[in-house]
Amino acid sequence: MINLEIPKKFKPLASQANQVATEVFRPISRKYDEAEHSYPKELDMLASLIDGMNEGSDIGGAGAAGVRRESNDNGDGGNRNGSNLSTVLGIIELCWGDVGLLLSMPRQGLGNSAIASVATEEQLERYGGKWAAMAITEPEAGSDSAAIRTTAKLDGEEYVLNGEKIFVTSGDRADLIVVWASLDPSKGRAAIKSFIVERDNPGLKLDRLEHKLGIRASDTANFTLQDCRVPKEALLGSSEVEDKQGFGGAMQTFDNTRPLVAAMAVGVARASLERARECLAEAGVEIDYALPALSQPAAVSRYLEMEADYEAARLLTLQAAWMADNGKPNSLQASMAKAKAGRTCVDVALGCVELCGAVGYGEDELLEKWARDAKILDIFEGTQQIQLLIVARQLLGKSSAELR
Amino acid sequence: MNGNSKGSTGVAERSMGYGLRALNWLAGSDLLDRIRVRKQVERALFQGTKGGFRSATAAGRTFKAAQKLTRPARQATGKPRSLFDISPDDEQEMFQEAVRDFAGAKVRPAAQEADAERTIPPELLAQANELGINMLGIPEELGGVMHEQAATTAALVGEALAHGDMGIAYAALAPGAVATAIGHWGTAEQEATYLPAFSGEDLPVAALALLEPRPLFDPLKLETTARRDGEDWVLDGAKALVARATECELFLVAAEAEGKGPALFVIESGASGLSVQDEPAMGLRPAATGRLLLDGVRLPGTALLGEGKREDYVECVHRARIAWCSLAVGASQAVLDYVIPYVNERTAFGEPVSNRQAVAFGVSDIGIESDGMRLATYRAASRADQGQDFDREAALARKLCAAKGMEIGSEGVQLLGGHGFVKEHPVERWYRDLRAAGVMEGALLV
Repeated sequence: MINLEIPKKFKPLASQANQVATEVFRPISRKYDEAEHSYPKELDMLASLIDGMNEGSDIGGAGAAGVRRESNDNGDGGNRNGSNLSTVLGIIELCWGDVGLLLSMPRQGLGNSAIASVATEEQLERYGGKWAAMAITEPEAGSDSAAIRTTAKLDGEEYVLNGEKIFVTSGDRADLIVVWASLDPSKGRAAIKSFIVERDNPGLKLDRLEHKLGIRASDTANFTLQDCRVPKEALLGSSEVEDKQGFGGAMQTFDNTRPLVAAMAVGVARASLERARECLAEAGVEIDYALPALSQPAAVSRYLEMEADYEAARLLTLQAAWMADNGKPNSLQASMAKAKAGRTCVDVALGCVELCGAVGYGEDELLEKWARDAKILDIFEGTQQIQLLIVARQLLGKSSAELR
Repeated sequence: MNGNSKGSTGVAERSMGYGLRALNWLAGSDLLDRIRVRKQVERALFQGTKGGFRSATAAGRTFKAAQKLTRPARQATGKPRSLFDISPDDEQEMFQEAVRDFAGAKVRPAAQEADAERTIPPELLAQANELGINMLGIPEELGGVMHEQAATTAALVGEALAHGDMGIAYAALAPGAVATAIGHWGTAEQEATYLPAFSGEDLPVAALALLEPRPLFDPLKLETTARRDGEDWVLDGAKALVARATECELFLVAAEAEGKGPALFVIESGASGLSVQDEPAMGLRPAATGRLLLDGVRLPGTALLGEGKREDYVECVHRARIAWCSLAVGASQAVLDYVIPYVNERTAFGEPVSNRQAVAFGVSDIGIESDGMRLATYRAASRADQGQDFDREAALARKLCAAKGMEIGSEGVQLLGGHGFVKEHPVERWYRDLRAAGVMEGALLV
């Protein structure tokens, strides 16, 4: 039965997350945008609270816990609303508060997603409860993850990692870094594996923290790995160099996390739209949904255009999460959601700055901050162009060799 | 069987044959039993076929109240659903599949000629009607098949039919809009007078006329007026792009009612002062659009639909927007389904053009935006069925479908290049039709 409303059982979660966003994130939003690189200590208590929320429920906090694929078989063969949907709903609310702070939440890193998705029971035991960042990008390899040059060589019971990693979100603050490296660069993507590296490993050297356009509350670290030794058991997933499967497994993490980033974009877009609407109302411009857009002031028409894109982005995001909950393959829809939400978020946030003029552009309001935060959401976890590529390959039935 | 349409025996036989084939297909399908709707379907088919097939050509039939109702019959509002769900339920899926099959087998092959000739073979419209598509808004007491409000089902039907052709979908669904409006807002007497015909053997050609021929048309600020004269209403004005206007037997016309605001009026064809002018347009050509002119049309007090409440009229405006969105979604999907094999097969510079990102990304965008349009449309329709406010959702779906539908129409032609510009391919027709989603008001309802 078609129903695209938030299910009743997740309303308490959404409302809790909204309270956190309102009471914890918003009041310190500007502070940590200005104080780049200083740790938002206010988040420690919150993180404990969210750990509590995750414990034993199918309610995901910031997304790190809930990306294991649900089986299609849920007894009655019926419709399921599970942790993917609840996680997405939670993230939308939290990012309505502040996306930079969400990305700074202890124990909610992308590395946690990877560990939660593919770790063995032993690894879960060993690394559970820790904060894990993810290190993929290198100076010469961004979207083309298969081109990474960091190597991992087996030496007795240890792997030895060498290479350079950049743009590691929460890299300085996390306890663990999930590092992508190649067992054999001559074997291409099949040889790429991920390894869990403890942050205090002497072979992992912090080069610097980036100064950024937005999400300044979140630290972005660059590392050098120099003869960085990790135990054999630190390898995530299979150690076999199989054709594509290993890499496919690593990339599968992204199928699961793309809707989460889309949700972040939806949250930021909604924050901008809501504030802009209030500002327009103060200026005497009200939105009327019954009147044709073109019979209303140009500001209203523009607003409706943005809100319509927001609606599509939001529903595409919920769709991708719902499919994951119901065991339906959602790689196409996950990329559609990420593409639409990423570009919409940027257009909406910048558009709302324009609608509000100097008020939107100035630092008295958070609108300008949201517009700066927005841009990363169309870049990380696969840029707009990468998402379009994935969507196109699926729709056209093309391999990555045919459509490059 | 009526004998006044050309070659009616052959037409009727073929139609009946199709009807029986459809019946057979449905009867033999375990789908019906699995979904426990066999009874409703059998009833829909019975209603649709009991009188054979007649193309409604004759104007001026007399509508008479067949039964007395003490109060208007209404479809129930659905219970609020507890879970998020994108899958149609079994009944919706059944309608969707039946209409999709029909659209692929019958509508698409007829589309090019219908567009060129600005007419649709009567048997095609009869066959479409036979699927029950014009009965979705009729309360059960008056011959309808849906117990609860069925905006979502109507949206699925609109989408599936427009995947075949948007202009044919407009013509085929236009009478249903009148039935739905009367079923939702009509008085007991109006329901008893008009609705039996819509679920009966001989579907009246009917149109819900809101749109007026002027720039920046606003359905809440009508220039067509209804003046009070004693107990009577006197209507003046013009209505634009009315489907099959010359054939219409019944109109629901929106006018600014003196002392009331915008409201709908029931007008039977042949009323004095009523005339029709041909009004061909850029697209929707199979619907043979015409302009309805009202020059001092005098109507009895009972012609006002229902109680003439403003909120009923506003709801009608929003339901119409959802319906046009559903057509845009279907036509957009048609573009996507057409361009994919084309760009994969067409070669340039020694390889398929779809190996180039500039081409491939165009396809991606069609896919992304049409899926977004679809979800926004479903959401608005499903809120309507659950008795929730849907003004905002309908407005957003319309804004989205107007803008993205147009872009998709344009990209469809672009991806075929010069071949897209000529009539050998349907994309130029979709380019013209999809622009209608941002222009039309009223005319169709979910």
